[in-house]
Amino acid sequence: MEQVQLLGMWLSPYSYRVIWALQLKGIAYEYIEEDLSNKSPLLLQCNPVHKKIPVLIHSGKPICESSVILEYIEEIWPQNSLLPCDPYERAIARFWIKFADDKGPIVWKICGTRGEERQKVIEESLEMLKTIEEHGLGDKKFFGGDKISMVDIAFGGLAYWPGVIEKVLGRNLLEAHKFPRLHAWTKNFKEVPEIKENLPDFGRLLKRQT
Amino acid sequence: MAEVKLFKTWSTQFGARVVWALKLKGIQYEAIHEDLSNKSALLLQYNPVYKKVPVLVHNGKPISESLVILEYIEETWKQNPILPEDPLGKANARFWAKFNDEKLLPSIWSAFTKEGKEREEAMGAVLESLKFVEEELKGKKFFGGETIGLADLVFGWLANLAPVFEEVAGLKILDERYPLLLAWQPEFSEHPIIKDYWPPHDKLVIKYQALYEKYHPAK
Repeated sequence: MEQVQLLGMWLSPYSYRVIWALQLKGIAYEYIEEDLSNKSPLLLQCNPVHKKIPVLIHSGKPICESSVILEYIEEIWPQNSLLPCDPYERAIARFWIKFADDKGPIVWKICGTRGEERQKVIEESLEMLKTIEEHGLGDKKFFGGDKISMVDIAFGGLAYWPGVIEKVLGRNLLEAHKFPRLHAWTKNFKEVPEIKENLPDFGRLLKRQT
Repeated sequence: MAEVKLFKTWSTQFGARVVWALKLKGIQYEAIHEDLSNKSALLLQYNPVYKKVPVLVHNGKPISESLVILEYIEETWKQNPILPEDPLGKANARFWAKFNDEKLLPSIWSAFTKEGKEREEAMGAVLESLKFVEEELKGKKFFGGETIGLADLVFGWLANLAPVFEEVAGLKILDERYPLLLAWQPEFSEHPIIKDYWPPHDKLVIKYQALYEKYHPAK
């Protein structure tokens, strides 16, 4: 039987992207939690270039970079497809997955900054969320329509991290009246059983940020 | 009849990738040249998120972001593939494309625009990154193997633009430390399809000289 292992870290939304994809496709895998302050020889051997998680190891072969891993998973296990069939719609999906990769991370910087810098990061984050609200999300349940897809997975961190950040900041970030579509999407996303059963513990996340 | 348009500038390396892919597959396209200091209404309509080139428009439908465009081209026109068939090979090509865009390019840009210690550190990062890229070429003529692949198109700037950075900014990027990359450079640049679309060196030098002076004004 094929062996699937995932080197991940509970704090990382990129790690969760891979978990969600594997869960949605019903793929059995062994999860290995990495201590990033003491990286395992396996991690360093599998990802010598970046030395980062997540790494998917399939029949002994490592695949690195979460969005590359997602495409790989989609190709190897086509059931419960996470990308549309039509090339143009796939291009739109990939555009937003790339946006999540390139622009999404600004949000993770909020808690690590202070004062003027933090204010700037918050403003940039709100701009980024506005772009998703206005251009990325239609009026359907998920980014691609009625079914969860790779785009939702790519943005998945936004479904739970803002709640943590809001508690730390003592102010709202993803307000329902400012971001009605995104707000609705966070609920829809977290209600998908495979997502609901695979979310990091809120209390533990909050403790880590404070 | 299928209609393909490409919004770009004469110098964009991201646009060059797309042109090379279209030419490798023998796809006719109409090039629309953008003046980035005065962007057309059409560009802003087609790429409202980034307002950048390149944008491919196929039968009236726009696609932005060069890597996304390359995947679209690959899926729409199956002749002369730029990605291997096997999923692991595809993953590898995509990994290196991301590496170039997310690690190598930002470092070289930092080296070009910064001074003193910051420039040194940025160049250090470039040279470290190139060690990995050099490894990837072991036993291969191109990153794609025997034929040009996605990674070659993405690393194409190393052949077209790196010599310009050396001339303008004194940044020695490819030297004898990277024999495989040095061998790859002319294989890529002299390939008949690639050669046919080659942002001209002299014109690039003028452009980047002006940019360099902007970032390093004479004191």
